[in-house]
Amino acid sequence: MNKVVDNVGVAVEGIKDNMTLMLGGFGLCGIPENSIAELVKIGVSGLTCISNNAGVDDFGLGLLLQNKQIKKMISSYVGENDEFERQMLSGELEVDLIPQGSLAERCRAGGAGIPAFYTPAGYGTEVAEGKEVRDFNGKPHILESALSADFAIVKAWKGDTEGNLVFKATARNFNPMMAMAGKITIAEVEVLVPAGELDPNEIHTPGIFVQRIFQGEGFEKRIEQRTTRSK
Amino acid sequence: MALDKKGIAQRIAQELRDGWYVNLGIGIPTLVANYIPNGIEVEFQSENGVLGMGPFPFEGEEDADLINAGKQTITTMNGASFFDSATSFAMIRGQHVQLTVLGAMEVSEKGDIANWKIPGKMVKGMGGAMDLVASADNIIVAMIHSNRAGVSKLLKNCSLPLTGVACVKKVVTDLAVLEVKNGAFHLLERAPGVSVEEIQSKTEGSLIVNGEVPEMSL
Repeated sequence: MNKVVDNVGVAVEGIKDNMTLMLGGFGLCGIPENSIAELVKIGVSGLTCISNNAGVDDFGLGLLLQNKQIKKMISSYVGENDEFERQMLSGELEVDLIPQGSLAERCRAGGAGIPAFYTPAGYGTEVAEGKEVRDFNGKPHILESALSADFAIVKAWKGDTEGNLVFKATARNFNPMMAMAGKITIAEVEVLVPAGELDPNEIHTPGIFVQRIFQGEGFEKRIEQRTTRSK
Repeated sequence: MALDKKGIAQRIAQELRDGWYVNLGIGIPTLVANYIPNGIEVEFQSENGVLGMGPFPFEGEEDADLINAGKQTITTMNGASFFDSATSFAMIRGQHVQLTVLGAMEVSEKGDIANWKIPGKMVKGMGGAMDLVASADNIIVAMIHSNRAGVSKLLKNCSLPLTGVACVKKVVTDLAVLEVKNGAFHLLERAPGVSVEEIQSKTEGSLIVNGEVPEMSL
């Protein structure tokens, strides 16, 4: 099944105001740069974005925040973004902060047909407020529900025309679970190859989870904290 | 004299055991990797999806696709592996990681920890900290004993929003090594030249001192 779309414009067709989106990435690592730029361009607003982080002021999801296109963020850590903090403290932006492992598992559950699960993370904290608590093996757990999205937008290193994806290093992060949890999943890849060129043994995300795939252009791949040692 | 951050990391490194998988948080905990005792092999996990994390890359060899949970560029060791975030937290929640070292703003005598939010001031999010403290069997907190205003961070009750309850097992500060059990801080070691009285005066929570308290050997 050929999932290839001509360009990023076609890839994001159907994304409308007030929709819920999942966006892969950890910090600026493994984010769908081309798609985010396109969302800025088409100007959809009132978005609920599920993403581990919110980018930095002038890159990643920070671009959508600057443009006031996001109504609500569902994230685990947002510390790198002043505009985010300003909008949150002023009440312009609704924010749901979720423990990182619970966020990952909630996306996975959403894609895997599991409506909810128990986890010890967040018990006894404000994250547990209003949630069912149950003891297993003498330890309290809280009930967390699955997450899903109208569109999931992920970034992979290599992909084929069938939508099979291979990620590189720690740019994998949330991308595979989010690919599973989107009603429509868009994959932007650095290298797009014909079906048959990727080794089936090495596929990270099977094409069944991907509805649209395209090869992105001019990936900037910005580094947030450039740390080195001397030779 | 009180330890500096490197000293705290050096003391925590003595807690490492051969064959352990270890998750190091941001800040002082990251420095622990610089002081692995001779003859011991440990592997570092970073929750964004890497096991077998190595040192920072040489200048010019940074890879934007290879970072740690602090978003710093890193390298990998032989035998390293990459995985997605759900698998990463399966390692953590499933207790496959033997030791977690993280920083804190406050720790209580019951082992509660607060390190993610100052209401009205700073809201950055908990990241993976809540998953880590809720699941890890062995949690060591690395921190400075008092805040900049001189107020103790080892308290009867945490005043800030909690990250986890009754989970911290050990605290290593610039002044002392303390075990947290039975609702009190138990003083195990003093930093070189730091008196029991000074530690007592800077610890708001219950402090148990049993006999002669040895100095840390670094």
